[in-house]
Amino acid sequence: MEALFRNATRFFAGLVLLLLGAIVVTLFVDALPAFRAFGPSFLVSQEWDPVRNLYGALPAAYGTVVSSLIALLLAGPLGIGIAVFLSELAPPWLSRPVGVAVEMLAAVPSIIYGMWGLFVLAPVLHRSLYAFLEERLGFLPLFAGPSLGIGMLTGGIILAIMILPFVASVSRDVLRLVPPLLKESAYGLGATRWEVIAKVMVPYGRTGLVGALFMGLGRALGETMAATFVIGNSHTLSVSLLSPSNTIASTLANEFAEATSDLHLSSLIALAFLLFLITTAILSLAKVLLWRMERAVGGGSR
Amino acid sequence: MRLDRALAVLVVAMEALASGAQETAHGTGATFPYPLYARWAHDYRAKTGRTFNYQSLGSGAGLLQIRRGVVDFGASEIPLGPEELEGSGLVQFPMVAGAVVVVANLPGETGKPLKVSPDVLAGLFLGQIQRWDDVRLQALNPGRNLPAWKVGPIVRADGSGTTWLFTRYLAAKSPLWAGGPGSGPAVRWPAGAAAKGNEGVASYVKEIPGAVGYVEYTYAVGRGLTWLALEREPGEFVEPGPASVSRALEKALSAPGLPLELDLLDVKAPGAWPLTGLSYILLKADQRDRRRGKALLDFFHWCLTEGGAQARELGYFPLPPEMAAKVEARWAEKVRCRGERLWP
Repeated sequence: MEALFRNATRFFAGLVLLLLGAIVVTLFVDALPAFRAFGPSFLVSQEWDPVRNLYGALPAAYGTVVSSLIALLLAGPLGIGIAVFLSELAPPWLSRPVGVAVEMLAAVPSIIYGMWGLFVLAPVLHRSLYAFLEERLGFLPLFAGPSLGIGMLTGGIILAIMILPFVASVSRDVLRLVPPLLKESAYGLGATRWEVIAKVMVPYGRTGLVGALFMGLGRALGETMAATFVIGNSHTLSVSLLSPSNTIASTLANEFAEATSDLHLSSLIALAFLLFLITTAILSLAKVLLWRMERAVGGGSR
Repeated sequence: MRLDRALAVLVVAMEALASGAQETAHGTGATFPYPLYARWAHDYRAKTGRTFNYQSLGSGAGLLQIRRGVVDFGASEIPLGPEELEGSGLVQFPMVAGAVVVVANLPGETGKPLKVSPDVLAGLFLGQIQRWDDVRLQALNPGRNLPAWKVGPIVRADGSGTTWLFTRYLAAKSPLWAGGPGSGPAVRWPAGAAAKGNEGVASYVKEIPGAVGYVEYTYAVGRGLTWLALEREPGEFVEPGPASVSRALEKALSAPGLPLELDLLDVKAPGAWPLTGLSYILLKADQRDRRRGKALLDFFHWCLTEGGAQARELGYFPLPPEMAAKVEARWAEKVRCRGERLWP
C-alpha cells in the first residue's frame, strides 16, 4: 500500500514535468519554420505583414512587457497598501468584508473586465485623463496623440485592476504571518505604527511580498481576453502610451483561427514560444531576487 | 430472456441516438454571413426538425476544417481557385450577397451621410488624413460643418473576408494603397486600432468619437451606426442599401457567361454599391453518407428558394433565381456519393 501510494504520487508529479516538456517541444517544433525563415531577426523585426508573409515579434513582445510593467507599477503599491490596511490598520468589522470583496474581485472572469474596459473605462479615460495628457504633455513622446481611448495605457490599467486582488490577498496573508511577538516588541520599544509596518512587518515578509508581485506580473503577462478588448491590437511599435499596441496573448487570440498560410501559423506559435521564454525568464529573475534577499537577511543576522 | 430484451432496447436506443446525431449538420466559417445562417438554421429546424449548427470562427478556420473533413460545410467570402478546389476535393457555390459599409462616429448626424472619394477613404485608413475637418473632406462636402475631431481608423484584428473585400477595393482605386498595405484577408495596417470580428469593429466605432471602420451591412444597421457615402464615379455618390446592392447584382448578372464566382466589387453601373461581395459555401465533392449529403443540399435548396425574406430582413441580398438555378446545376454536376449523384 505504502509503495503503491508513493509510486502513484511520483507518477503524478512526473506527469507535470512530462506535460511541460511536451508543451515546450511541441511549441518549438511548430515554431521552427518561422525561426528558419526569419532567423534572429524575428525577435527584432517590427514587420507583421500577412500580405507579404513577413513576421516579426518585436511590437507584440514589447507590448506584452510594457503593459504588464504598467500593471505592476499601478497594482503593486496599491495592492500592498490594501494588504497593510487590512492586516494592521482596519478594525475587524471592516477588514473581514473588504477582504472577502478583494477575493471576489479575483473570481470575476477576464472577459467581463475586458468588456467593462471597452464600454465604460476607455470612453471615460479618453475624455478625461488622455485628453489632459495629450494637451499638456503631448510634447513628450510618451504621451503623443492622437489617442483613441484604447491603447497601451488602458491595457495596463485594466491589467492592473485584474491583478490587484491577487497582489492584495497574497500580501495580506504574508503580513498576517508576521509573529505578533515581533510586532509587540517593537511597540514596546516605543515604535510608531508606521515604524512597525515599514521596519518590522515589510522586511519580515519581503520575500513573500516580492512573490506576490511576481505572481501578479505572471498573470498580467499571459492575460488574453481583457487585453484584447482594450489594447487596440495594432502591430505598430510606438513609444506613446496612448497609442494602440498589442500583446503576444491577444495576437494569438485574434489571429490563430484565421491564419491560413503555414508561415503565419508558425510565426504565431513562435510568438507563443517567446511568451513562454519571457515568463520563464521573469520567474527565474524572481527566484534569483528572492535567493539574494534571503542570503542578505541570513548574512545580516549572523 | 430479460437480458435479451434489455439488450434489444439498448440497441434500439443507440440506433436512435446515432441517427439523431446524424441529423445535426455542422458548419464553420466567416462571421460575415453568421446572423443569416443562424436565422436560416432556426427557421429550417422549426419547419423540418433538422438541425444545422453554424459556428462563426472565421473564414480561415472554416476552410481548414472543411479540408480536414471535421465539419459538413465551410463558409467564406474569398472564393478558392479551380486548382485549389480540385486539390482538396471541394465544391464551392455562392449562397447570398452582402455589402461592406464604411461607418463612422461623428457628431450631430443629419440625414445626409458624409461623402468620401476612394482616395480620401484610403487617406483616412493610411493615417494621412488625421482630422475630420481636413480640406480634402471639406472639398467633397461643401457647406457641411465638419468637427475638428481626430480620425481613428478601426480595422479587423483577425483575418477576414470583410477585410479582403475592403482592401481589394482600396488597392484597385488608390495607387498609394496598392503600393502600401496591398490587399488580403489580413494586411499590415499603417494606422489605427484593430478589433476582433464585425461585432468588435462595430463596438469600437460606437464607443470612440471620430472613429471610422468597415463592417458588414447588417452590423451597421443592427448597431445603429452611421455610414459614409462613397464616390463611385467622379461626382456620383452612392449609399449602401438594398437598392444600390441590387444594382450591382443585376448589372453583374447581365454579363455574358455568368460565372458563379462572380466578382461584385466596384461593378460599373450607375447607383451600384461598390463594396458588394458574395458569401460562398464549401462542401466535400465526395460525400461519405448519402442521407447526410442529401440533407445538406436540401437545406441549401430551401435557403436559396425560400430564405429570401429572412435574408432581406437581416440586410443580406438573396441570389436571383437564375443564379440559384446555376448553383443547383453545379451540385448536379459535382456532388457525388460513391460515384452516384446526390442532386436532384
